[in-house]
Amino acid sequence: MSTELSAPPADYTGYVEKEQHHDYGGDTVFGFWIYVLSDVILFATLFAVFAVLGGNYAGTPELKDLVELDYVLKGTALLLFSSFTFGIAILEANKGNIKGLFSWLGATWVLGAGFLAMEINEFIHFTEAGAAAWSSGAWSAFYALTGTHGLHVLAGLIWLIVLVFLIQKEGLTENNKVRLMCLSLFWHFLDIIWVCVFSVVYLMGVL
Amino acid sequence: MASNYTLVTDPHPLYGKLTLDSFPYHDPVLVTTFAAVVIGSIGILGAITYFGKWKYLWKEWFTTVDHKKIGIMYIITSLIMLIRGFSDALLMRSQQAMAVASESGAGYLPPEHYDQIFTAHGVIMIFFVAMPFIVGLMNIIVPLQIGARDVAFPFLNSLSFWLFVVGALLINVSLFVGEFAATGWLAYPPLSGVDYSPWVGVDYWLWSLQISGIGTLLTGVNFVVTILRMRAPGMTLMKMPVFTWTSFCANGLIVVAFPILTVTLTLLTLDRYMGTHFFTSDMGGNQMMYVNLIWAWGHPEVYILILPAFGIFSEITATFSRKRLFGYTSLIWATVVIMLLSFVVWLHHFFTMGAGASVNAFFGIATMVIAIPTGVKLFNWLFTMYKGRVEYTSPMWWTVAFFLTFSIGGMTGVMLAIPAANYVLHNSLFLVAHFHNVIIGGALFGYFAGLTYWFPKATGFKLDETLGKWACGFWTVGFFLAFMPLYVLGFMGMTRRLNYYDNPVWNDWLMVAGLGAVIILFGILTQFYQIFASIRDHKKNRDLTGDPWDARTLEWTTSSPPPFYNFAKIPHVRDRDHFHDLKKYGLAHKRPESYERIHMPKNTWAGIVISGFSLVMGFAMVWHIWWMAIAGTLGMLVSWIVYAFERKKDYYVEVAEIEAIEEKRYGKLKKGQELERTGQQPGKDGAADDAVAISI
Amino acid sequence: MVNLAKTLVVVSLTVLLSACDFKLFDPKGPIAEGQMDLLIISALVMLIVVIPVTIMGVWFPIRYRKNNTKQEYKPDWEHSNVIEAIVWTIPILIIIALGIITYTTSYSMDPRKPIESDKEPMVVQVVAMDWKWLFIYPEHEIATVNEMAIPVDRPIEFLVTSDTVMNSFFIPRLGSQIYAMSGMENRVHLMASEEGTYEGLSANYSGFGFSGMRFKAIATSEVGFDEWVKKVKSSANPLDEATLKQLRVKSRDVKPIHYSSVNPLLFSEIIEQYAGALDGQ
Repeated sequence: MSTELSAPPADYTGYVEKEQHHDYGGDTVFGFWIYVLSDVILFATLFAVFAVLGGNYAGTPELKDLVELDYVLKGTALLLFSSFTFGIAILEANKGNIKGLFSWLGATWVLGAGFLAMEINEFIHFTEAGAAAWSSGAWSAFYALTGTHGLHVLAGLIWLIVLVFLIQKEGLTENNKVRLMCLSLFWHFLDIIWVCVFSVVYLMGVL
Repeated sequence: MASNYTLVTDPHPLYGKLTLDSFPYHDPVLVTTFAAVVIGSIGILGAITYFGKWKYLWKEWFTTVDHKKIGIMYIITSLIMLIRGFSDALLMRSQQAMAVASESGAGYLPPEHYDQIFTAHGVIMIFFVAMPFIVGLMNIIVPLQIGARDVAFPFLNSLSFWLFVVGALLINVSLFVGEFAATGWLAYPPLSGVDYSPWVGVDYWLWSLQISGIGTLLTGVNFVVTILRMRAPGMTLMKMPVFTWTSFCANGLIVVAFPILTVTLTLLTLDRYMGTHFFTSDMGGNQMMYVNLIWAWGHPEVYILILPAFGIFSEITATFSRKRLFGYTSLIWATVVIMLLSFVVWLHHFFTMGAGASVNAFFGIATMVIAIPTGVKLFNWLFTMYKGRVEYTSPMWWTVAFFLTFSIGGMTGVMLAIPAANYVLHNSLFLVAHFHNVIIGGALFGYFAGLTYWFPKATGFKLDETLGKWACGFWTVGFFLAFMPLYVLGFMGMTRRLNYYDNPVWNDWLMVAGLGAVIILFGILTQFYQIFASIRDHKKNRDLTGDPWDARTLEWTTSSPPPFYNFAKIPHVRDRDHFHDLKKYGLAHKRPESYERIHMPKNTWAGIVISGFSLVMGFAMVWHIWWMAIAGTLGMLVSWIVYAFERKKDYYVEVAEIEAIEEKRYGKLKKGQELERTGQQPGKDGAADDAVAISI
Repeated sequence: MVNLAKTLVVVSLTVLLSACDFKLFDPKGPIAEGQMDLLIISALVMLIVVIPVTIMGVWFPIRYRKNNTKQEYKPDWEHSNVIEAIVWTIPILIIIALGIITYTTSYSMDPRKPIESDKEPMVVQVVAMDWKWLFIYPEHEIATVNEMAIPVDRPIEFLVTSDTVMNSFFIPRLGSQIYAMSGMENRVHLMASEEGTYEGLSANYSGFGFSGMRFKAIATSEVGFDEWVKKVKSSANPLDEATLKQLRVKSRDVKPIHYSSVNPLLFSEIIEQYAGALDGQ
């Protein structure tokens, strides 16, 4: 079977007469989605590692003996709430209200930093109780998973500061709106990951 | 090697583990090599300074975001690393050709040295030759094939390239400062753990792969977005050229597979630096998990290398058979199927680990299933030639060489995929022969074909055809001589990575393999001479029309080399053989009446600077120089932030400039068409256009 | 003429001798024999595709070369349901055939599956060390390094572990290899059907002394085996704590050693020192 294309219409030149404006912001947001996809794989790998090693305490203290669920729940609440405040910040940005945007971003930052501080505090507490990253396979996997999430939160916090300064300097330009979009995507993504961490590591580990 | 050095267990705050002892000044071979490298570098750097080319290099190359230039730099780096990787191969072949003895000490390379060489050979050939080669080709061609003016994220593209260069640099630094891993290219723990490999070799391996791997990941994201969002109007997915399709699948695989590598390397790093227990043999670690993880990345990696090569063969077979590609649709589906299946076969790399019969059977059969779409592809190419008018150009030579070699590699691959057969073939030279068979005969021949085919597009002149055919001949003959004996030796029960052996019968076959390697060396030398001679004679080989092969796809509609904006007017596509369609209806090279200004990205310092800091960080981490590692990390962070605050990352090319460039182009084109009509070679009379040809 | 005959004999002898060296095609046990058949059958089945592809790969470009203008030229021909059906069906059929072979042999040649025989299987414990092989005969309470013996026609159950990094225990003429990993017990069932001394080795790179990690596998009659055990027992060289400690030191190209007695629980102790930590004990 052969495919023969019929002759083109008379006005066909092989090129575009008038170029459409290309949506660069759309590229960036889409690209960020692809990046988030790769990050999902990264966390999935760490979850798999935790699933394999999670029980290998080798005589070291076990998670269920050390963890205080209330404490973790508080941290979780901080992070979940920070997603909420970020959402409001985006609404403010859509209204063009930079002041409102900044105050809600500020709230997000404080909540995120609070979560991170609580996590670090927990790590110190565990380490002192003889459950350090180098104690046993289970603990290595625990710290790798929660620590990677924590590092992401830290990156988000730094990014937030940089973005606030950028908006301060340049205003809510198209570029900065796209950046804000990406960061908000990142932030919500971290939230979802944390919900998984909380269920798989803490809840399933304790219950 | 390691035994020659004192092991520093307590890093100095200022120098880390680095001592005078870390430099191999007691090894005459390395000192000589080092001296040669230093003198060579001084010579090159001196020449650049003397001719005042620093500014040119910085402005036109180091800071460029032009995908074509980045692609060219990838391929140059890849060819340089090929010299290093192939030297390692020659060292191994000559060692094995000599080392018949019942005890160690045979040959001229002690295991401490030899084991680093086979590790480096594998790492370099996969990560620093094959990967940059194909990423380079994708960089040059994919945006051109889809009618785009650059990739979606030009800055990230530059960053990817320079991160990759840092990885390549680190691995070369390890030659002269310290040592490289002696663990095999995938560094299985516990051997690669700190108990069994306490010195810096594995750390070099970790950091060079980690840094370049992150670059590759960024490339993957970049090209997925580019291909999905930047295609010219009219180019639906099923009208994309096959090379773009296969590149898309390869980049999709990168996005999904490389995070696994990132995690695996990080966990091994933590095991070595912090004493964690991911892969240790005690305290709850699990060494089998490493093997699973590394192959969960490693198997898709193989397809990242070979799928684009399949795309190249498709383009070339269609072009030089002067015919439409046979079975485009089934070829695309075959590619997609291979991409998906590549994630469910990783266990076939270690059937001998002792998994149950049902697990092994599943992975064995899943692996074989891949042979179906691959076989279909071969038939599609064959039937593309059927009832065509095949022209024997050198890209076509490589393609036919591929037909002859690849089916053997596929056959032995399926044999290895049968678990019960694998129990005797695993880790033998049969395995070594198999994967060289598919990587050289499949991927590398494809890259060489692609290099020859698209060289005129990137530079404006063709590579010498006769020398290209000689190179292909040397490579093919050398390949059969070098690797068929390894299949035989596998049947004789010879395992891989042996430093010596006591069986004189093996020696005969290893001599033949050594001879094969020498013939391949002739092939490589011919290729380098080919590049040199073609640059020397570039006037004679000039491609004035932009279409030296009478090709079919979109990238040939523009000039060779294309202007920095690729297309003055974005193409409008109605057929997947867009250019062939245009030519058929007399629309090719139709000159537009007017132009619009073009939006382009500006060059940036950020890619090379951020990567420079990552080199500092990587080197410092290898040597446990903590202050320097922190400084490097901060440097990366700060320069990225500074870059974020920069304004005006893009600009408009004004119509007047475009008109001037296009005017020149059409002048050149007219001359080229005239020469073609009169059957002349573009000879001396084209001298006026030199500037265009060289200013790639 | 005589010279020619002589040369012929010499040549064929050389060929024969080197042919004997194809360890995988000169099996000395039922497992290896099955694997040889498998290699040959799978290769033959695939040649059904490989040969035509190779012929077409040469013939098509020659027949449809540019200057051969006598041949039909169909530049727009790009699809044929018949050809598509054939090129999909043939590989699919071949892979189905091979898949069935794969499935059945995965079970029939599973290293863990005991070999059917009227004789009781004998257990040999194998430990990979840096860089030598330790063999423990729990029944006879002897141990050896880099040499082992097995009675012909008796199924052997090799229990394999490592006291160091990963290795692979492999006697090509007897068949299947299996990884030796610390903290884990792997097993492979093998049997020799012919007397002889066969080469054994590590098939997985394990460090600088890897190339010398070879051992002799002596397949002998029941009588011969008993004599070998006696010989080992008479060596008056017990594998005690001190000797073991010495053995654990890295060493290369180790000559065979016989140990007249051994702690019969040594094998599991070696596993326990890694795996014990695994279970939290």
